[in-house]
Amino acid sequence: MIDLSLVWAFIIAFAVFAYVVMDGFDLGIGILFPSFGVGEERDSAMNSIAPVWDGNETWLVLGGGGLMAAFPLAYAIVLPATYPLIIAMLLGLVFRGVAFEFRWRDPGHRALWDLAFTAGSFVAALTQGMVLGALLQGIEVADRAYAGSWWDWLTPYTLLTGLGTVAGYALLGSTWLIWKLEGPAQDHARRMAFRAAIATLALLVAVSLYTVFLGGQYFDRWFSMPSVLFAANVPLLTAIIAFLLFRGLAKGGEAAPFWLSLALFFLGMAGLGVSMFPYIVPDQVTIWDAAAPESSQIFMLIGVGITMPLILAYTGWAYWVFRGKVGHEGYH
Amino acid sequence: MLQDLDAILLARIQFAFTVSFHFFFPAFSIGLASYLAVLEGLWLKTGEQRYHDLFKYWLKIFAVTFAMGVVSGIVLSYQFGTNWAVFSDRAGPVIGPLMAYEVLTAFFLEAGFLGVMLFGMEKVGRKLHFAATCMVALGTFVSAFWILSVNSWMQTPTGFVMGANGQFLPGESWWDIVFNPSFPYRLVHTVIAAYLTTAFVVGGVGAWHLLKDRTNPHARTMFSMAMWMAAIVAPVQILAGDLHGLNTLEHQPAKIMAMEGHFESHPNGAPLILFGIPDSEEETVHYAVEIPKASSLILKHDPDAPLAGLDTIPKENRPPVEVVFWSFRVMVAIGLAMLGIGMWSLLARARRKLYDWRWLHRAALVMGPSGFAAVLAGWITTEVGRQPWTIYGLLRTADSASPLDAPAVATSLVAFVIVYFAVFGAGTWYILRLMSKSPMPGERGVKHGEKGPIRTSGITPGPTQNPGRRETIPDGEDEA
Repeated sequence: MIDLSLVWAFIIAFAVFAYVVMDGFDLGIGILFPSFGVGEERDSAMNSIAPVWDGNETWLVLGGGGLMAAFPLAYAIVLPATYPLIIAMLLGLVFRGVAFEFRWRDPGHRALWDLAFTAGSFVAALTQGMVLGALLQGIEVADRAYAGSWWDWLTPYTLLTGLGTVAGYALLGSTWLIWKLEGPAQDHARRMAFRAAIATLALLVAVSLYTVFLGGQYFDRWFSMPSVLFAANVPLLTAIIAFLLFRGLAKGGEAAPFWLSLALFFLGMAGLGVSMFPYIVPDQVTIWDAAAPESSQIFMLIGVGITMPLILAYTGWAYWVFRGKVGHEGYH
Repeated sequence: MLQDLDAILLARIQFAFTVSFHFFFPAFSIGLASYLAVLEGLWLKTGEQRYHDLFKYWLKIFAVTFAMGVVSGIVLSYQFGTNWAVFSDRAGPVIGPLMAYEVLTAFFLEAGFLGVMLFGMEKVGRKLHFAATCMVALGTFVSAFWILSVNSWMQTPTGFVMGANGQFLPGESWWDIVFNPSFPYRLVHTVIAAYLTTAFVVGGVGAWHLLKDRTNPHARTMFSMAMWMAAIVAPVQILAGDLHGLNTLEHQPAKIMAMEGHFESHPNGAPLILFGIPDSEEETVHYAVEIPKASSLILKHDPDAPLAGLDTIPKENRPPVEVVFWSFRVMVAIGLAMLGIGMWSLLARARRKLYDWRWLHRAALVMGPSGFAAVLAGWITTEVGRQPWTIYGLLRTADSASPLDAPAVATSLVAFVIVYFAVFGAGTWYILRLMSKSPMPGERGVKHGEKGPIRTSGITPGPTQNPGRRETIPDGEDEA
């Protein structure tokens, strides 16, 4: 018999990963936006994601909605535990999202909406990273509900995970722009990518070490036999990818830095899996504790089975339609 | 002051605020997406430039509306967990999958094709572009389908069993959950409301430009199309509302009692209270203006049929009568006014004066935003009317909330109020500014900067942006 809870854990993980990398580069562009020149540079940077950002953000709704549907208990525990972070993230996404339209509708206040774009992207990235940190450092649970106070999420560790996410998104955003831009704007994106890559790797190492020494459970999962045989591959591959990324950036690669950055995020996700599995709220609630009944899981699995190939197909088509460089020709 | 309010009341205010604000956008975009599909379809079929101009004109407004709908909607999908965690845990196995289906079948569809709809005309060609527009319109409808199924299940829960851990679990058939008793009525009533809302916005904008220049061909087309919708759909909506009311009487009689202001039972035919001041304390309606036996006639199709009143409902299970009584009357009054405009326009059309009767245009302009007021009043009626329950008769609102401290909820509520009024206020201003300009021959679409939205190298420019345009306008005549 297939373990449906395990299947659903992978589906949710896939949705979260899809969100992180796809909206990650949108948010990263927002974070780096002020460093681009007003006018052509900023316009091209934003236009490179204008047709796809909405679809990218939808993965966040699938992650949240899917969590509620497949693991309602986890949804009901984690969201109250990180309440101020989630609210801040949502408000950040409000500012970020409307800026796509408003900055073109109101040139008189373009600077204001550009600021909203950047501040919203930064806050969304920071809070998403902090939610992850708050989850990893542990959440107090009693009687199917969050039992901690409403400031538990604020620690040096969560700040570190938040900043790590900001840096990581900036890396995705800058490497995306290397791919989509040309000329001086592309050179600028490449310089930013170098800095973002250094910051991302430094914070990745710091967060990883901090996590392992947070509590005995994480240390055991990483360093006890036999899991160490799988786990040890993650940092090893990370080092190789990091090397390739820097080489790609230095050698003038166009698309390669973006794909290598994605690979870094994938390894981060794998590392997260090593740390958490099979818990969905660390050391409190496993995926089986939180799982919805089988009937709900099967009903949704049918939906995912039918729609997901279609979603991936037309999303891919939309990216294909807008492929290539964001050029400079106007309408004629 | 805020510390004195309890966390549940604050959470309710926050949900009411965020959901009300959100619903303005889909109430408009569901209808507008379909209108855009119709305009583009007419353009492809007839080749007439004015349809293409109108398409481009409303597309810009759609883009702004849709962006606001998306960002305000994401807030809601997380607010179930942040503020209503107990409800989410207990109802998640039943409503969670329906919401997941909404994301999978509607949100991705809308978002996936929106980019092509806004920016892709010259990349994919007319026919594929039209297909994308239709997909976006379909997505808005499918989204309404699922979320109204969720709401209806909370109002008339069926098809579930109770789990040992207190969760509502799906029963034998998902069909019973999705197609719960109030769902078909709510779906029809709400989707028609969205179409009417859009029709009156389009009609109001058309009327505005007719008042400035009654020969304006674009304004004429808009106004005429909108008035057809008003004349045909407003009566249908009143009928649908009546059927929905009968369904509510069957499943949520307390809501109808509150709407009607019936504190007392009427064994020999209940009066229809037109106006009055309901008073829950004294359980009476002061200064009531009534039509004897008319309520029984409407609800039971028999003037002498007995109708139970709120005196048959325990006090702790009654909805707040004052709110429901008034919101219902506001909705009905607007519905009747819409019908009046529709009939007036038919008369004008019959006399061939549709573009000449200034008072009709003025009235249509005033009625432009009326749809938003009506849908808001309607939702207040149904949502306040089902209190004190989140899952009707089974889970109380007071038992549904997250274990949050009042200051946390108060802070987030204040933040939402400030941000929503600032951001969506600005967005509404931009929409009004777009509407205040008349559509032009050779109208341009969603244009992002001087350089065009996006351009790929290696692909020669496609057809011109406005294929088939006969006239051109000087640069700078367009929107910024």
